[in-house]
Amino acid sequence: MEVVRFTLNGDPVEAGVRAGETLVQTLRERFGLTGTKQGCDLGDCGACTVLFDGEPVLSCLVLAADAEGHSVVTIEGLSNGEELHPVQKAFLDEGAVQCGYCTPGMVLTTTALLDANPDPTEAEIRRALSGNLCRCTGYTKIVRAVRRAAEASRADGRGGE
Amino acid sequence: MEAFEYASPHTTESALKLLGGRWGETEILAGGTDLISAMKDRVTTPKRVVNLKKIKGLKRIEYSAHSGLRMGALVTIQDLLDNKVAREHYPALAQAADGIRGEQMRHMGTVGGELLQRPRCWYFRNGYGLLAQYQGKSLVPDGQNRYHAILGNSGPAYFVNASSLAPILIALGGKARLHGPEGEREVELRKFYTTPMKEEDREYVLKPNEILTEILVPPDKGGKMAVYEVREKTALDWPLVAASVVLHLSGGTVRSARVVLGHVAPVPWPVPEAGQALEGKAVTEEIADQAGKAAVSKATPLSQNGYKVRLAHIAVKRAILSAVKGEA
Repeated sequence: MEVVRFTLNGDPVEAGVRAGETLVQTLRERFGLTGTKQGCDLGDCGACTVLFDGEPVLSCLVLAADAEGHSVVTIEGLSNGEELHPVQKAFLDEGAVQCGYCTPGMVLTTTALLDANPDPTEAEIRRALSGNLCRCTGYTKIVRAVRRAAEASRADGRGGE
Repeated sequence: MEAFEYASPHTTESALKLLGGRWGETEILAGGTDLISAMKDRVTTPKRVVNLKKIKGLKRIEYSAHSGLRMGALVTIQDLLDNKVAREHYPALAQAADGIRGEQMRHMGTVGGELLQRPRCWYFRNGYGLLAQYQGKSLVPDGQNRYHAILGNSGPAYFVNASSLAPILIALGGKARLHGPEGEREVELRKFYTTPMKEEDREYVLKPNEILTEILVPPDKGGKMAVYEVREKTALDWPLVAASVVLHLSGGTVRSARVVLGHVAPVPWPVPEAGQALEGKAVTEEIADQAGKAAVSKATPLSQNGYKVRLAHIAVKRAILSAVKGEA
């Protein structure tokens, strides 16, 4: 057992973790944050995506011990209380959700994309989401939601000026 | 995953002291995208894992006109893509990095790990070993071999080297810097990869007690370059074949040409025959096609992968034409 300290959704946390314990296990089983999905558990599906120092990573391939000193954001940390994050709202408004299993990963990857590139082209959106698989339907509504979120974020930005 | 001892040293020297002399007992962790999944699948069951991410000096990326590009082994694929100087001088290297899918992999995966990733051969990943043997015989020739080697497959190995960066780095004349207990050594990347002859061998000359610390690429000197990949899907997957080309022209004529194929052999596969088909000539579609044909003239496809011969031929042709047009 090793004690790991990191920032989780803005709060300092610590947990005792096994060597070989992955971050997705720690998040789900020790912190009860089951919004992060353990899908393929081999890095193929993207369902376990979290933001690690603001960048999208696959929490099934990160050892929990390696979170020491870093900042982790899960889907539970994205909204501001009851107020949804613009990316969450756009996914909801566009109906870009069917079973919902891939959605937390999709939303977090999108959040990182829009932070780095507020006005992505469709090709850039598809490239950014190439590591997030949806097996229900297709990606049309998801891509539309990302564009809507980008527009909403830019409008928000202008409104603040 | 089996239990293991975990160490996160802060210097290369202290990391070296934690490595053993035999493969498999100790594994080195960088981005984790290959190692952690291989450990979950029990493809490897190390007693100790040595994490390199706390070693600061391995994340540098620098360029000088005199010595070229130096990349620490822990530079991520995204760091490489974000580096404007690297993109400007080695556009085809950025092209190859861009082919690595998806977003999470590019942020986690490192250049060193990309070069040292283990084969994707499904027999290897399912516990049959590097040589895919069962009862003393390879399962590949009579098995599911549509993604396996079409070149360099006369020995016992049929897997393909999975690296997307190695072929273009070889075409650019890149080197690997290795740290071991007796100090440092540099190995040209074209000599870095080897075809294993027995199950205990690895796919490269790196020793179990050495660490790949840096990649060195000589100055580009006006080379025209491109990578052309053929893929089955645009999402997370490895290419079926890829061709990397670096050309030097004088007055419209090819002075020198280096062509290296990826995903076709147990090692990145340089094809001097393709270079010879170009040298001394002006590049036309017909000449590029002849070079593509020459590149696969020695191919020995298996029962299900003859299609890769044609793909490699066309990839070489298109990479050459793309390099000349400066599309990279």
